[in-house]
Amino acid sequence: MSEAAPSAAAIKEFTRPPSLLGKSVTGRYITVAFMVLLLVLPLVAWFTGNTFYLDFSTRIICLSFAAVSLNLILGFGGMISFGHAAFIGIGAYMVGIPAYHGYESGWLHFPLAMGVSALFALVTGAVCLRTKGVYFIMITMAFAQMAYYLFLSLEEYGGDDGLTIYNRSVLNIIDIENKVVLFLLAYAALATGIYAVYRIVNSRFGMVVRGCQSNEARMKALGYNTYAYRLTAYVIAGAMCGLAGALLGNFQSFISPDMMGWTRSGELMFMVILGGTGTLFGPVLGAVAFLVIEEILSAFTTYWALPFGILLILSVLFIKGGLSGLIHRGLKHG
Amino acid sequence: MADTLLAVRNLKKSFGGVNATDDVSIEVERGELHAVIGPNGAGKTTLIAQLSGDLAPDSGKVLLDGKDITSVPTHRRSHFGMARSFQITSVFMNMSVIANVSLAVQSHDGTSFRFWQPACTEERLRRPAMDILDKVGLADRAGTIASAMSHGERRQLELAMALATKPRFLLLDEPMAGMGVEESAAMVGILKGLKGDKTILLVEHDMDAVFALADRISVLVYGRVIATGKPAEIRRNKAVRDAYLGED
Ligand SMILES: Nc1ncnc2c1ncn2[C@@H]1O[C@H](COP(=O)(O)OP(=O)(O)OP(=O)(O)O)[C@@H](O)[C@H]1O
Ligand SMILES: [Mg+2]
Repeated sequence: MSEAAPSAAAIKEFTRPPSLLGKSVTGRYITVAFMVLLLVLPLVAWFTGNTFYLDFSTRIICLSFAAVSLNLILGFGGMISFGHAAFIGIGAYMVGIPAYHGYESGWLHFPLAMGVSALFALVTGAVCLRTKGVYFIMITMAFAQMAYYLFLSLEEYGGDDGLTIYNRSVLNIIDIENKVVLFLLAYAALATGIYAVYRIVNSRFGMVVRGCQSNEARMKALGYNTYAYRLTAYVIAGAMCGLAGALLGNFQSFISPDMMGWTRSGELMFMVILGGTGTLFGPVLGAVAFLVIEEILSAFTTYWALPFGILLILSVLFIKGGLSGLIHRGLKHG
Repeated sequence: MADTLLAVRNLKKSFGGVNATDDVSIEVERGELHAVIGPNGAGKTTLIAQLSGDLAPDSGKVLLDGKDITSVPTHRRSHFGMARSFQITSVFMNMSVIANVSLAVQSHDGTSFRFWQPACTEERLRRPAMDILDKVGLADRAGTIASAMSHGERRQLELAMALATKPRFLLLDEPMAGMGVEESAAMVGILKGLKGDKTILLVEHDMDAVFALADRISVLVYGRVIATGKPAEIRRNKAVRDAYLGED
């Protein structure tokens, strides 16, 4: 029926899996350089005696990982969750609570953190995903607040005073009491997480989730049980974030329900949007920018929260596609 | 001969005070192209939405192959062989044309709970998708992002996606809406090619197309079927002429 032959190049473009590092060559260099710096700078700082930067970077990496997991549902699935920090808290407590009872094995902590987070995601997601739009945002937040108050009420584990983790998770192959080792473990987890998201969003499953973001009614008409696919994505993201929380808990050595307050969820959302939703490395970029700016502003003034909030809102409103989008456009025109 | 594929029995749906579907009963024979015509707001889209499962009727029944599917969810109806196209173009705007169709093919190619291998390199998705694009005349646009296509091309894509689920029964809601003369003619050609092979329920305002294509026509006015019959009978029908055809 068509006269013109299919344009081979255009189809090849489609049938080549999208590269992990993006299309443009310069963009790839920037991404690699960014990730290398994120690994090397803290180590250099540590070797030269600046432990603060190693600690700061470990926190950045853990929260980047959490942001990457949120991006899987928010950026690729259109599920605007305002309760993602709940998984950070659950993950952290799945280290703290067993440790409190004398169970210190990481082989218990990390699977438990992911498992319980996945379960929480399954149960709450099953309800949340029955709703749309603003209702979804509100109900994810409500469930996270429920988790917050649940841990607040656990007097045994410190309630709102929090819980100290005296010894980090014991892994018999590596010793994460060592700060550098913990940093490297967190970095490896982040890198693995980004790669996993890359594979997932380009898989059949990922195409379905992205289709639901784009046009759910059409997906249903095509025969997809969209609810089941979206719920599965929600559970995967929850489990990933649980792992991020377990790492963060290990790093902080002190955990409290504050880790899962709604403001924390808001911060995660900001990181994702600031960095660029629906991009692979954007959330990392967003987390780095967010935490660095927060650190700098708080050093200048005690009233940093207000200017910071204004800065964030302006950047979200005016930088289309977040920082990744900004860099992308810079490369195109520059 | 009553080889009925789809039977609609006393279907009712009202929005507030508006009876959008008012005791509608229609039978569509296997292999038939059954057109539904009627003025704006007659309830054609509302009817299609109830047949596809997007909208639950207040009362009445929808039977497919004698099986009651009234409360079967949309996605399962697709696996019973039903597919719909939307009056308001409903494609994945941020995806390439071939990705749009591949996603439609994928839905009927086993489970999509596959998390690791890239979907876009899969020949078993790409090849059928290309075949369908060829059929609707979009093969040369395979790599284009849907949002960059013209309205008419998106209408073709809309049909391609419905076809990619290999339906036996197609619900088409104004496939020619907003198309130019040439594009409409091409669409009529495509639908002629599908006739007989697929059972089709076609909603369309373009009367030339309807009378050229339809085996039978039902006329819907204010949610009621006021007449059903062969094109010639409908043309002669006094009530239809008064209510609808007389207009133009
Ligand atoms: N979701 C809704 N809520 C309230 N009223 C609705 C809804 N959907 C349709 N209606 C009303 O139902 C009636 C039938 O609408 P419908 O869209 O089915 O008409 P149609 O025959 O498809 O018209 P058109 O030819 O303009 O596409 C109209 O009066 C419309 O206003
Ligand atoms: Mg309509």
